[in-house]
Amino acid sequence: MAEATKIQYTAKDFKSDQEVRWCPGCGDHAILASIQKALAELGIPKEKYAFVSGIGCSSRFPYYMNAYGFHGIHGRASAIASGVKVANPDLMVWQITGDGDALAIGGNHFIHIIRRNIDINLVLFNNEIYGLTKGQYSPTSHKGIVTKTSPYGTIEEPFKVGELVIGANGRFFARTADYNLTLSTDVYKQAANFRGTSVVEVLQNCVIFNDGIHDSILDKEVRDDRTIVLRHGEPMIFGKERDKGIILDGLKLKVVKLGENGVTEKDLLIHDAHEPNPGIHYMLAGMKYPDYPVAMGIIRAVESQTYDSALVEQIAKVKEKAQIKCVDDLLHSGSTWEV
Amino acid sequence: MHIGYKKNILLQNKTSNKTQSIMGKRSQVIERDAVVIRFSGDSGDGMQLTGTLFSNASALFGNDLATFPDYPAEIRAPQGTVGGVSGFQVNIGHKEINTPGDYADVLVAMNPAAIRANAKWLRKGATIIYDSDNFTEKNFLKAGYKDDPFVEDGLNDNNLIAAPIATLVKEALKDMDMDPKTVQKTKNMFALGIVFWLFDRDLENTELYIDDKFKKKKPLIADANKIVLRAGYYYAETVEALNSSFKINPAPIAKGTYRNITGNTATAWGLIAAAEKAGLNLFIGSYPITPATGILEDLAARKDLGVKSFQAEDEIAGICTTLGASFAGNLGVTSTSGPGLALKSEAIGLGVMAELPIVIVDVQRGGPSTGLPTKTEQSDLFQALYGRNGESPVVVIAASTPSDCFNYSFKAAKIALEHMTPVILLTDGYLANGSEPWRIPSMKDMPEIKPPIAKYEGKEFLPYERDVETLVRKWAIPGTFGLEHRIGGLEKTIKGTVSYIPENHEKMTQLREDKVQRIEVPDLKVFGESKGDLLVIGWGGTYGHILTAVSEMREEGYDISAVHFNYIKPLPKNTAEIFANYKKLVVCELNGGQFVNYLRMKHQQFNYHQYNKVQGLPFTVEEIKDYCTILLEGKKNG
Ligand code: SF4
Repeated sequence: MAEATKIQYTAKDFKSDQEVRWCPGCGDHAILASIQKALAELGIPKEKYAFVSGIGCSSRFPYYMNAYGFHGIHGRASAIASGVKVANPDLMVWQITGDGDALAIGGNHFIHIIRRNIDINLVLFNNEIYGLTKGQYSPTSHKGIVTKTSPYGTIEEPFKVGELVIGANGRFFARTADYNLTLSTDVYKQAANFRGTSVVEVLQNCVIFNDGIHDSILDKEVRDDRTIVLRHGEPMIFGKERDKGIILDGLKLKVVKLGENGVTEKDLLIHDAHEPNPGIHYMLAGMKYPDYPVAMGIIRAVESQTYDSALVEQIAKVKEKAQIKCVDDLLHSGSTWEV
Repeated sequence: MHIGYKKNILLQNKTSNKTQSIMGKRSQVIERDAVVIRFSGDSGDGMQLTGTLFSNASALFGNDLATFPDYPAEIRAPQGTVGGVSGFQVNIGHKEINTPGDYADVLVAMNPAAIRANAKWLRKGATIIYDSDNFTEKNFLKAGYKDDPFVEDGLNDNNLIAAPIATLVKEALKDMDMDPKTVQKTKNMFALGIVFWLFDRDLENTELYIDDKFKKKKPLIADANKIVLRAGYYYAETVEALNSSFKINPAPIAKGTYRNITGNTATAWGLIAAAEKAGLNLFIGSYPITPATGILEDLAARKDLGVKSFQAEDEIAGICTTLGASFAGNLGVTSTSGPGLALKSEAIGLGVMAELPIVIVDVQRGGPSTGLPTKTEQSDLFQALYGRNGESPVVVIAASTPSDCFNYSFKAAKIALEHMTPVILLTDGYLANGSEPWRIPSMKDMPEIKPPIAKYEGKEFLPYERDVETLVRKWAIPGTFGLEHRIGGLEKTIKGTVSYIPENHEKMTQLREDKVQRIEVPDLKVFGESKGDLLVIGWGGTYGHILTAVSEMREEGYDISAVHFNYIKPLPKNTAEIFANYKKLVVCELNGGQFVNYLRMKHQQFNYHQYNKVQGLPFTVEEIKDYCTILLEGKKNG
């Protein structure tokens, strides 16, 4: 199979012949483009990719990728993806999901795939709404939101994806925004190269049912002051004028202005995505406007043994010493007698 | 195939004497075709092990046998109560044995609750060996007796053997440095020793087993168990002996290498065998549930054969990981019981739509809801056939004995892989935990399994393109160059494109059904005459009881025959042809009448009688015979 070695791809190579059916202007289009671009740059043979999804607008994604794809059932993508990866560890498995799919109906599978650290890339499109069922609140909708199923406003607190990931002993968590092709492509590539469950939360705009939900932080005018792009090894600086930063004040994070009260760049926290202790990562993942800028980029990336590789190793180890080498051996093992 | 007693030899000792002390050097030996022994005590008394060891010794001796463990759902119900009684029944024979037996000839009762639980399951004149140390007034009350259990339950005419087991083990182990609690834990071995003498069984293999289990880590326990086992044996022989013992000659069974096997282990091993034959990796995604857990455990132990076992976070993840594994090119299986099958319904539908090969093993138990977790029933048949949204055909097959769970799990996998479809294999609590000797097959004699794996042919792969004969689609395994494709739960065209076109949906629905109906399954075989007065119809785990009942009635001169179904969907092609040859048809099953109604729908031209039982228990041979006798109006041949 000489063709298999052809790994010079462009984003176009990953476009399937299916007509893309998301609403015009939906953030999903941009996410599709950045993942296709990331894949082209990764240079892994196309047949090694398997895209798994659940149900929801985001979950149509596999149909639009020229790769192996399995469109599952609501909430179960993490479980299906776990099976794909464990059964066939040579594949690079991507799970595409949404806030309802992963955190409501699929919450159990979501925390367990993270706990097990199965080596897949999980991209969660967070638009804080149910789009496919036409506009009901989701587990990430902010408290008080008025939707078709909360005409008087919701009375429940939302999940923050990053806190949930880290709470489930997550090793990789990143955040990006649908429109930001450069940041997104970089984040997807790093997620792909990370061994373990890499969760990427994409702040995604649903133009139809929750338009502008992320505008308070992502609008062109304000985004530089209300978000911070974290880079491993670099001080935590942000702001249009790059004049703000984050320090550790006692047990809490604090936003400071450079030059004010004698604060210099040296006082700022240096982002260490590889620190195993999740304390700071948890705080970074939970930062919320207006008290803090919202953290973007790779917040946590701490490699440890993956479930799939541990299983392969365990099997190899048991096989080495095994008395039973085939089913005939098995059937004759233990106590048997001749008649 | 007849099972029963040599009519001229009856149990001769009917004296009622709780403290008899006759010297008994096998003064009387009673020869029998078959004897049923039941070990019964608190769930902490080790009755399952005792029963298993006795069964193994009998198998080694050459008897045919069938066992049935029967335990409470609670791990440790209050001591001494009927709710906490754990039993193990074994039927050993010099002839072919197909059931664990209706009524016990010998009961080992470790406490009064064991008498209460088993009083109505004793054959008249049965021998009861009991731990008299435990037969105190306090324990009578716990078991719900006011006074002497034997008087209250009218058992005084039985052959009662009182053995002060607690005292005797204390005595036997007095020189060992052991705490009293540990000493008392060996009581089951004493009881086993008595039974070994009673049936003239060799102690050696059991001693080897004890050594194997304990010698390394707990040498003291190993020695204590062996001492007590012998103490029980010698006690029976010399001190306070039974005045007769049984002789069950070896059964004339086919030559070969044998082992004992339970239904759950046979199921697990059949799946591994199928994976080996198909040249695929085996993946099991499963969640612990009684009485199916043993399958997951047995497969988890088989890393040596490369089995990938995945204990999922719930039943749904069990099947969804299995679907993922199947999509990725493994033989994907999941095991469960009724409530778990309910949770898996939606995902089975995805398997139907995506046309992926998976095996779902449902070890049926009493339902609905949590029902009777440790008891047996056949009430998931409708759930297996119909318990999904939409028109959702799957193959449904059922195993009929503990050992043939191996063949049917193998066949379930073969059908799933060769026909690209989910297959539900129904077993039940009775098969799962029951065991019987099994002639070990050779893998070279097992049929080939050839999954339709797609190869790159230089053109676009169409996931729903079908074989014109079988309607089976091809399996394109991710990682294969050029076969990239998308499948999923939405209705598709042949190309895998999502389609809402009405005609396409109807056509695909029909194709999915036809694909299942076109699967070739073996014809039914009649046991008995090719035509006659009454045909007894059964399916799945009731095989042994129905066969025994029908063969006994045939020997008694009735015109009665039987057929047994292992293939439920699709049904064997000769079903109607066979049914037409009998004046009366009766369907016997352990539910409210699910299979009979399925047959009424599929073959409406016949009039079906039905005999149902929903007690969480297997049929007894007697009740089947009684009902069939009524249907035959007592009329024998000629
Ligand atoms: S409903 Fe919202 S999320 Fe769904 S496709 Fe339309 S814009 Fe996108």
